[in-house]
Amino acid sequence: MQPGDLSIILPELVLSIYAMAALLVGVYGGKDKLAPLLLWVTSGLFVAVALWIGFQGRGTSVAFEGMFIDDAFARFAKVTILLSAAVILLMSEGYMQRRGLLRFEYPLLIALAAVGMMMMVSAGDLIALYMGLELQSLALYVVASLRRDSVKSTEAGLKYFVLGALSSGLLLYGASLVYGFAGTTSFAGIIQAAQGETPLGLLFGLVFVIAGLAFKVSAAPFHMWTPDVYEGSPTPVTAFFATAPKVAAMGLFARVVHDAFGGVVGDWQQIVAFLSVISMFLGAVAAIGQTNIKRLMAYSSIAHMGYALMGLAAGTAFGVQAMLVYMAIYVTMNIGTFAFILAMEKDGNPVVEIASLSQYSRRDPVKALCMLVLLFSLAGVPPLVGFFGKYYVLLAAVEADLAWLAVAGVVASVIGAFYYLRIVYLMYFGADENHLDTGTSPVLWGALVASAVIMVVGVINLFGIEGVAAAAAATLVN
Amino acid sequence: MATIILFAPLIGALICGFGWRLIGEKAAQWTATGLLFLAAFLSWIIFLTFDGETQQIQILTWIESGTLATDWAIRLDRLTAIMLVVINSVSALVHLYSFGYMAHDDNFREGESYRPRFFAYLSFFTFAMLMLVTADNLVQMFFGWEGVGLASYLLIGFYYRKPSANAAAIKAFVVNRVGDFGFALGIFAIFFLVDSINFDDVFAAAPTLAETEISFLWTSWNAAELIAFLLFVGAMGKSAQLLLHTWLPDAMEGPTPVSALIHAATMVTAGVFLVCRMSPVMEFAPTATTFIVIVGASTAFFAATVGLVQNDIKRVIAYSTCSQLGYMFVAAGVGVYSVAMFHLFTHAFFKAMLFLGAGSVIHGMHHEQDMRNYGGLKNKLPYTFWAMMIGTLAITGVGIPLLYLGFPVGFAGFVSKDAIIESAFAGGTDASMFAFWVLVIAALFTSFYSWRLMFLTFYGEPRGDKHTHEHAHESPRVMLVPLGVLAVGAILAGMVWYKPFFGSQSSVDKWFGIKTAAVEAESESHSQLLGIVGAAHAAGEESDSHGSSEPRVQTPGQGAIYIGDDNHVLHDAHEVPVWVKLSPFVAMLIGFLTAFQFYIRRPDLPAKLAENQAPLYRFLLNKWYFDEAYNFLFVRPAMWVGRFLWKKGDGATIDGALNGLAMGVVPFFTRLAGRAQSGYIFTYAFWMVVGIAVLITWMSIAGGAE
Repeated sequence: MQPGDLSIILPELVLSIYAMAALLVGVYGGKDKLAPLLLWVTSGLFVAVALWIGFQGRGTSVAFEGMFIDDAFARFAKVTILLSAAVILLMSEGYMQRRGLLRFEYPLLIALAAVGMMMMVSAGDLIALYMGLELQSLALYVVASLRRDSVKSTEAGLKYFVLGALSSGLLLYGASLVYGFAGTTSFAGIIQAAQGETPLGLLFGLVFVIAGLAFKVSAAPFHMWTPDVYEGSPTPVTAFFATAPKVAAMGLFARVVHDAFGGVVGDWQQIVAFLSVISMFLGAVAAIGQTNIKRLMAYSSIAHMGYALMGLAAGTAFGVQAMLVYMAIYVTMNIGTFAFILAMEKDGNPVVEIASLSQYSRRDPVKALCMLVLLFSLAGVPPLVGFFGKYYVLLAAVEADLAWLAVAGVVASVIGAFYYLRIVYLMYFGADENHLDTGTSPVLWGALVASAVIMVVGVINLFGIEGVAAAAAATLVN
Repeated sequence: MATIILFAPLIGALICGFGWRLIGEKAAQWTATGLLFLAAFLSWIIFLTFDGETQQIQILTWIESGTLATDWAIRLDRLTAIMLVVINSVSALVHLYSFGYMAHDDNFREGESYRPRFFAYLSFFTFAMLMLVTADNLVQMFFGWEGVGLASYLLIGFYYRKPSANAAAIKAFVVNRVGDFGFALGIFAIFFLVDSINFDDVFAAAPTLAETEISFLWTSWNAAELIAFLLFVGAMGKSAQLLLHTWLPDAMEGPTPVSALIHAATMVTAGVFLVCRMSPVMEFAPTATTFIVIVGASTAFFAATVGLVQNDIKRVIAYSTCSQLGYMFVAAGVGVYSVAMFHLFTHAFFKAMLFLGAGSVIHGMHHEQDMRNYGGLKNKLPYTFWAMMIGTLAITGVGIPLLYLGFPVGFAGFVSKDAIIESAFAGGTDASMFAFWVLVIAALFTSFYSWRLMFLTFYGEPRGDKHTHEHAHESPRVMLVPLGVLAVGAILAGMVWYKPFFGSQSSVDKWFGIKTAAVEAESESHSQLLGIVGAAHAAGEESDSHGSSEPRVQTPGQGAIYIGDDNHVLHDAHEVPVWVKLSPFVAMLIGFLTAFQFYIRRPDLPAKLAENQAPLYRFLLNKWYFDEAYNFLFVRPAMWVGRFLWKKGDGATIDGALNGLAMGVVPFFTRLAGRAQSGYIFTYAFWMVVGIAVLITWMSIAGGAE
């Protein structure tokens, strides 16, 4: 350990210490009465750390002999993760409070998960990778079953845990294969072993690692847990699942395939493309049959992960850039959409039936309009920002001679447009009116409107995110 | 100033069309009208003070794409100045007139707000038309060209509850598409050959174009001829020339003020304007101009014959418009663009007045349009009667032939129409001789149908519904004032502006801002006054244009119109024999006397004649069966193809396949995916294992070094 190592991991350190200290305060202090305060503090800390990382970070530095890498790519992912987690936390307050779920552990678990995710995107070694992954996962297993008295919530937590254990097993098996054939666990070492003539065992290891990661990003066919967990978890937790962990897992995915296996792009490219194409189609096709909006969003996120993987499948710096831009847009869209879903209530009880949105535009035209913008953006209808996300990954695929993948992506997006537009149809032309409550907390309303506005205004220059993403991608792929 | 003129109607249209809910209906209408009167006033200032020098006023940079660099600019020269006056004056008066005419309308329900929409369309039309005439390049002109087409479509179909109005609007749009296709091809050809669409560049390149060959449709063409022809095809559509004329009579479905503004005074003359504007190209395309002469003359004749037997008062005037446009094209075709513009100018006054007068009659007769149900309205509608009388005197060409007081003495139509007929005679080619005779005969017909209209409407016994006749009333003052103003124009426009349009070569050159190489040494010798007979008149011209012996040389693009170096038609037209000068007058007299005999002295004669000559009568009544022929040749096959593609191509094949996919295949997979999602952990784990197995298999087959 070098003296400078601690300063490199200072943001993670701060968050971890905060989480542990707050846990003590919570246990010996006011318990759940402190929860709202902790939630706000955690959220504020997330934003502060995000700003710190975003503005302070320079260049590339490595800590703990390559275990931990702090580069532009990691910082891009961390900022996205922290900001989205902060917003989701704020959005969840009202919902959790009313359901009696606002325990003081909740924000702290989220904080620990965030530390895990930051660890994941900075991992420079298989051990670090696994540590980050498990830290994140363990926290998430718990929050998934936060509502202990609900069968569905506990079922969700259990399913997630069991399958997550299976995927961790796959990943660990892969890691051990890699270690066996490469003789090292550090990415810098693996990439030297995996050049040109690569032993098949190493590639098998790669496949198992990818399978484990695919589970985390919920790419088909490792997606099966997603709909059930999304449905069963409390909605704010679902919103969280759909955003920050996806970015982290995607970032980790990119880091593994490029940092550790950048020499055998041709080998993993086809696997990633395969995952991408079946995710896109499965997400699109299966979502059509859904009546529960949370399940629908689960399939929607599966499809979106397919598109992000398309950028990764290109195997180029531009592909990674496209993937990062796509993820940032995806997260923004999902925050808005979940803000809307969180506000769907009838007589104070949450409603998740899609049919209940019938004629919603008459009840609340502003929110309906925002949702319309978001849904169109999710479907990738120009000129909204969602279209540009898709455009970038398609462009990356085409430039990498994966035209077939791009064509498949377009076809899938056409199929997928159906279920997004069905919601719009219901909101505006639905047959009968259901009386959802109209009042919305300012936080949810603000998140919804802001993300809808971003979808429209962002078309001007995507808020300059392209340049940042390009710089981030450049540090990863060379 | 030109910028204000251009944008005032647009602002009026926007305020009136979108803002009337805020400021109220009346205020919106007055805003639009007021802005147009402002534009009209400024137009007259420009018209009267303009020195003929071409000016370009840039508004903004419009298109920058490759070698295509185009500004949005106003080209202000004499042609534009004339058109500005015509458009804005007529438009302003029509706006005013519409207050009365559109006050009540049975086509709209009680409480429906249709008036602001009407005024907004009118103002929008005016803006588009101004865009057309102020254009500094072809694309800008095309923008205006399509804009007026759109406005025309909207206004013809203004009574959107009437199926016939909708059909007429669509017809106008579709027929104009044919012409516009030609126009667009012409623009493409110009850009292809000249690499620019700015008028200055195009005009400068005109002599080169005349020496260029271009291959088009497997044939080699002279470039100038081809371009001139294609542009004229566009003009044919917009100006309702033969073969593409069928939409104009149907366009009378629109409210009458619209007919006066769009389908008489302004939009339909856009074709004439186009030909005059492109005179530098036209002058290098003798074959194309011959074609223009023939088409123009044929149209004049055809439309006049059909006008003889129509019973709808507006249709008579519509065919009359069609016919007069033919006259203008003849003038343009033989090379006297100034005369074409002259007739355009005078025609705008008297034809707008005839339409507005007809509108006044229709208004007074509670929207009865069939002349067979009129009669004896002279005393019921005295002002309208006098207005219509002046219009008729103008269109039939009443004046004192051979008298020359520094200008000919007669109504506006007399001066300009005779100028055209004389020019046609002076054209010297076979085509122009054909045109001369046809136009004289058409003048006879013109006189006949115009007087027929007067006699049927205002003289004789009241026919038709008694109740309607009893309640016939004179129109309100807002409708009569425009008639009066236009009447002044119809009487004086010809005499006042005779010299600049059809005087000596030098006066025309001066008016249109043409600087020739010839020394302008000659003095205005018209001061010799009172050349009572034609010989003296001709002699006066003689000394005028031969004041300098040097040949006249003009560079294309310099001045508003271009007159080729060997184009002496304008000069020759002043030296035609006396019988030629008399012929239109005689034709007019014969037409008048025949109409008098038919409709005043022996009102039973027309019916008998129609009976005796039944086939001919039906042929004319059915407008030479053009509509039927087109219906058979184009409409039905097009319908058939359309229906085939719709039902079989689109419905069965494309929709069938997509629906099959969307409603059969995709739901199948959806169900499959739903079934796989069993809810049991072992199923999920199973699929994960399947996935990893597939990936491993794949990797061992496709990947790796071994």
